[in-house]
Parts: sequence; structure tokens; C-alpha cells
Amino acid sequence: MLTSEEKQPSPDMLDVAVHRGGGNMPATIQHYQVPRQDNQTVLDIVSYIQHYIDPSLSYRFACRVGMCGSCAMMVNNEPRWTCRTHIDKVVANNKIEIAPLRNLPVIKDLVPDLDPFFDKWVKAEAKHHPSASRHQPMHLQSPDSPERKRADANIECINCAVCYAACDTVTNQPDYLGPAALQRAWTLLNDAKDADKQTIWNAVSGSDGCHNCHSIGSCSHYCPNELNPMLAIAGLKQQTIKQAFSLTSLLEQSNKHDR
Amino acid sequence: MIDKKIYIWQRLSALVMVPLVIGHLAVMIYAINGGLSVAEILGRTQDSIAWLLFYGSFVLAVSVHASLGLAVISAEWFGLTPKIASYLSLIIGLVLLAMGSHAIWAVTFASH
Repeated sequence: MLTSEEKQPSPDMLDVAVHRGGGNMPATIQHYQVPRQDNQTVLDIVSYIQHYIDPSLSYRFACRVGMCGSCAMMVNNEPRWTCRTHIDKVVANNKIEIAPLRNLPVIKDLVPDLDPFFDKWVKAEAKHHPSASRHQPMHLQSPDSPERKRADANIECINCAVCYAACDTVTNQPDYLGPAALQRAWTLLNDAKDADKQTIWNAVSGSDGCHNCHSIGSCSHYCPNELNPMLAIAGLKQQTIKQAFSLTSLLEQSNKHDR
Repeated sequence: MIDKKIYIWQRLSALVMVPLVIGHLAVMIYAINGGLSVAEILGRTQDSIAWLLFYGSFVLAVSVHASLGLAVISAEWFGLTPKIASYLSLIIGLVLLAMGSHAIWAVTFASH
């Protein structure tokens, strides 16, 4: 039985609004009272709810130290790695709202379906096209070349989909390939070891490609790894235009007309 | 919605419009502040090839730029399919071209 002291809202308790449902279940918001502690992360709160209040709550996490990217959620309407988000950063009046990542279908509660996100990586040809087999000598790569520096700048992406959830262009245009896939495509285009760059150029130049980006910059603002997908997409736009007006491209077009 | 072709046409038309917009604003301010009458303005625009080329290219650039831009915005905000958006783009482009061309013709060639 609860004592009168426990019934009163306490400053040591957090009012946590959690988006539930998804899939075939109705979408609802449930409120949970979670004790506030020192050095508490948003993931700690979600885990506390599932362990001690409501075991039916579904969520996703793995490493708990900002390596895997699987615990990304919307915290007070902003995409974040919950394991690396200290409560003090986000709580206001002892209240906090937690929802599944934006721009993705919800499987259940806080678990988004990442299939559309990864399908777009494939659609953007953001995959390695090998230039040599294991039997050939290893490619010698200078870390100082400008291309390699551009490739290295964004190589640390761990596919957490925070940038994808932050992107308003994806919200308005569900087919848009999104910042993560385009950023990886840019990395591969600057990688001397990729053997099929034209396929990547074609993939990122279509009606769902890089030219749809409005340079709002939410991807770069929210990326927990402090990468800059907006700059990568700007690089794609710039290079596609340079290619379109290059002498080779103009000659090819004129040859097509002659035929 | 925006592929490479649309992107290039929008940037090129914007490139053409930048000096023309500045010129247009300058002409407007000059025409109003100087106290020019309608007859005086028409006196300068009638049969002026320079005026025709200036505003003719302006109308062309505006028709391309606005029709593509409005179609893209409509597709994004109202969920129009690319096909419907491209029809909308064509209609907006033709209307702007017709109105602009009519205005240029009226002040350049039409008799008083």
C-alpha cells in the first residue's frame, strides 16, 4: 500500500511521457514516474520503466556507450543517442518525452523499423564496388591526398539514423535518400578503391537524390559523431554540376545527338 | 522530385535573373523617382530592342525558375506526384511566359 508521502509528486521523481503502440496497436502516450538519480541517462530511464514498472515496453539498445547507435530515440522531439544523453541536458520541470525515431515506421513502442533507412543506402549505391580481388597486391593509399581526406571526414558514420530522423526533407519527401546514404555515397566517390563511381553518380543524381537537400543542416547539427552530412551532400551537388558541364560530358551529349 | 536537370535549370535561370533583378529594381526606382509619366516611359520603351532583350530574357528566366520552384514546393508540401507536379510546372511556366510576353509586346510594339 502506498503511503501518503509516495502519492505526492516529488521533485525527485521524473514524469516520463513515453510513446507506445505502433504496428497494429493504437498509438498512445503513457506517463511513468521514475526516480531521478545522479548521472542518469535517458536510456537508464527507459530501462528502469521496463525493469520495474512496465515489462511490456519495447526498446532497442546494445552497447550503452555510444558505439553501436542502436538506442537512438526522439527525446523531447530531438533525435539523440539515449545512452549518451544525460538527463540534466534534456529535462525541464522534471518532465521528459520519449518517442521512437522520426521518419521511420514503428514496429512497437520505441522500436523503429530501420528497413527503409538501409534500403536507401543500397538505392544510393552506398556500398563498396571492389576494384581488386584478394589475390592482387594491396592498394597503396596516401592518407594525405585530398580525396582520401574527404573520404575520411565522414568515415565514422555508424548508421544510427539520427540524421535521417532529424531531416525535414525526408519528412516531406519520404522517397528522398536522406543524409546518411548520401554521405556514404560521397565517401565512396572519394575512395580510390571503389571501381564503379559512375553507378554511384547516377544513383545520387535521380529524382530522389542529393539535389533535393535544402541545406537545412539538421543532419549535421544532430549527428552524435559530429560528422557533417550536409557538407558531403553539398560536395555531391557541386560535383554533379561540374560533371554536367565538363568537356567530356558535353562531347558525349553531342555524340549522342549525332547518332 | 528534384533531379540533376531540374537543379541545373533552376540554378542557371537564377544566374540569369541576378543582374536582371538588380537592373529591374534600378529602372523602377529611376522611373518613379524621376517623375516620368506613362507617355514618357512608353516613349522610351517603344521600339527599343535593348528593352526587349532585357525584359524578354527576364520573362524567360522567371518562367523557368518560378515554374520549377513552385512545382517542387507543391510536391513537397502538398504531396503531389512528380507527374502532376510536372504538369503544374508546365501550366505555371506557360501562364508566366504568356503574361510576360504580352506585357513586353504591349510596351514595345503596340501602338498608342
